[in-house]
Amino acid sequence: MNIFIKYALVIYFLPLLAFIIQTFFGNKLPRKGDWVSIGAILITLTLAISMFAGMLLNYDPDFVVQESFTWMNLGNFKIEIGFLIDNMTIIMLLVVALISSMSHIYSIKYMEGDPRYHRYFSFLSLFTFSMNGIVLADNLVLLYMSWELVGLSSYLLIGFWFEKDSASNAGKKAFLTNRVGDIGFFIGIMLFFTAIGSFSYSDLFAGVQAGKIAGATLTVAGIGLFMGAVGKSAQFPLHIWLPDAMEGPTPVSALIHAATMVAAGVYMMVRLFGVMTADALLVVAYIGGFTALFASLIAITRKDIKQVLAYSTVSQLGYMILSVGTGAYIAAFFHLLTHAMFKANLFFGAGSVIHSMHHGLHKIDDHDTDPQDMNNMGGLKSKMPVTYISMLVGSLAISGVPFFSGFLSKDAILAGTLAYASHNPAHFLLPVFGFGAALLTAFYMFRMIFLTFHNEPKREDIFGHIHESPAVMKLPLILLSILSLFIFYTLPHFNPFSDMGWFKHLMEYKDSFVPGGILAHSTEEGLHHSHMTAMIMSLIVAAFGIGLAWLMYFKRSISAEKVALAIKPLYRLSSGKFFIDELYTKILYKPVLKLADAVAYLDWDLYDKYFINGFGRVTTFLSNIVGKIDYEGIDQTLVDGIGRSANRAGKVLRVIQTGRVQQYILFALTAIIILLIWKAS
Amino acid sequence: MDQLQTYLIVAAILFSLGLFAVMTRRNAVAVLMGIELILNAANINFLAFARFGGMNISGQVFSLFVIVMAAAEAAVALAIVINIFNNFKSINIDEVNQLSR
Repeated sequence: MNIFIKYALVIYFLPLLAFIIQTFFGNKLPRKGDWVSIGAILITLTLAISMFAGMLLNYDPDFVVQESFTWMNLGNFKIEIGFLIDNMTIIMLLVVALISSMSHIYSIKYMEGDPRYHRYFSFLSLFTFSMNGIVLADNLVLLYMSWELVGLSSYLLIGFWFEKDSASNAGKKAFLTNRVGDIGFFIGIMLFFTAIGSFSYSDLFAGVQAGKIAGATLTVAGIGLFMGAVGKSAQFPLHIWLPDAMEGPTPVSALIHAATMVAAGVYMMVRLFGVMTADALLVVAYIGGFTALFASLIAITRKDIKQVLAYSTVSQLGYMILSVGTGAYIAAFFHLLTHAMFKANLFFGAGSVIHSMHHGLHKIDDHDTDPQDMNNMGGLKSKMPVTYISMLVGSLAISGVPFFSGFLSKDAILAGTLAYASHNPAHFLLPVFGFGAALLTAFYMFRMIFLTFHNEPKREDIFGHIHESPAVMKLPLILLSILSLFIFYTLPHFNPFSDMGWFKHLMEYKDSFVPGGILAHSTEEGLHHSHMTAMIMSLIVAAFGIGLAWLMYFKRSISAEKVALAIKPLYRLSSGKFFIDELYTKILYKPVLKLADAVAYLDWDLYDKYFINGFGRVTTFLSNIVGKIDYEGIDQTLVDGIGRSANRAGKVLRVIQTGRVQQYILFALTAIIILLIWKAS
Repeated sequence: MDQLQTYLIVAAILFSLGLFAVMTRRNAVAVLMGIELILNAANINFLAFARFGGMNISGQVFSLFVIVMAAAEAAVALAIVINIFNNFKSINIDEVNQLSR
């Protein structure tokens, strides 16, 4: 067995083992067993790093190892599952292991003293196990299984503080919204299986190439798969669950709802890019682009620091999806990688701020103020320098400022949209979405930075109690901010504007398997062509966004309130999140509830009461009759009758048993006389 | 006069008297005397059938056995009656309805 497969097996099953140990024995172990999960994830991280090193040593874009076995053998129907390890798998494994390790370490302090501390770590391990399943899968079955498992662990972790109604509702909302997407995903998988007869990726690609599934069916199947991604990666119109998911603990938001799980949809789209038809990709591109712009429009008016990041995540995921749609799927994966680092970093930073705000509020016995509201912050820069610097780095990266990782990946995505639009001028909206979102991203990220860390503190009473977070919380911040620098992504080149590097070398565009689909060299050519334009334009919009934020929230030469008043209808739309939740309540939940009521009326008041209960009544009636026959006819007359007649006979005959011998003699004599008379006659 | 019916009638009367005594007397000794009468009625029957039935002397022999048995029976019965009296201070058979007291 290949060494990579062996490593992958350990990486896959170790967190599962930790999950089992933690679930059953966590409470009894010393330190509530956090070392079990953390140890498991650190070993996983070590193995992932060795695999990564192995990949860099190979430096082979076509490196691939595959190992599968038959899981179910039902005659003609066979299900094989196994691992597919190529460069993309290894990079993704490293991302998951790294962010997960950081999240575990960070949680030691963040979750300290929680009554369900051990359970928290067991859920984290379950999540890591499931996520690795998605990453390693070489077939749709394992993918779908792991897909549902991450959904489950996400549900468990969002609702981790289930005493809060909002948290348990958010968990349910996430689970149900994902379910909508998963139905489409399942339909897509089944369409492929029906046409091709196998679940494995390689058969899938071969089948599509051979034209076993083509035309509209293939488009529908591709959109089905994409629906899974829409749910999991929180794309419009199923984005509503992700902002609510921020009810979970912040390390969970960083790990699951920013860096890894929500990226699973993008990962799947990149993996299965080869089966997407041009029509399906167009849908993908529009949904992604629209989501990117739409979510950043909402993000600019959020007051809650985590909500800003949540909508920013939705928007960035929209970017990746847009990129997949325009054919630049490697750029999407590149952005997934860089985004995982800086967004996890930003969430950890936000967690650090919330942690100390919470601490400060606790000190002054204020339990009503929201520790996540940016209107209560301000000026934290001097008190929390490490958090400030790391969040600043994260914001610079996400805004697409040169020398940081986000610049490289965002530039590639925007170049992809430009290239696409130059080939198809009718779809000029796609780059507009992209650049618009880039502008707004820079604006709202720096709005957050200025509101939180700059100017004078808004609450002097809390400010005195604010202090920097402990070392285990700083470590992930420092490490992840370092990883947000450009240098890790452009090596062996040191040029921060380079679009080359190990990543570009190891991840090559491949021709689509759809006959007549997108060809690798045309995508690459387009990207190369638009590279400079995209770079200059993205620099301009980023500078504009940051500058606007600086003017409005740092210098305050433009009053934010006045702007809000000037564009009141737009402001109301944005602060009301475009009223999507309200819209769903009106057009979806309420009619569904009404329908449910009607069905319940049919079922309970009509069917149950008349049909089912009618049966009951007839049966009762019949059994009463039978009961009467049995009781009065058989029991009373036959069974008891024998006894009763014996009783009565005894009562009569008892009279002659006087105990007087002479009387007996008289009877005997009488009997003899009777006998004699009878005999004689 | 010397014929079977005469003897049988006498025996029947005797038997009836004995039976009457057994059935009506309260005194245990009187009951025993009734039993003697019944036995003697039976003896008369034996003798009568022996004489008129051509049975040689089997009847006489049998009645001798009956007399012997009656003597033994009387002895045992009187012993019981004495014990009853010792126990119950009465030989009225209506009052003796238990095996011990």
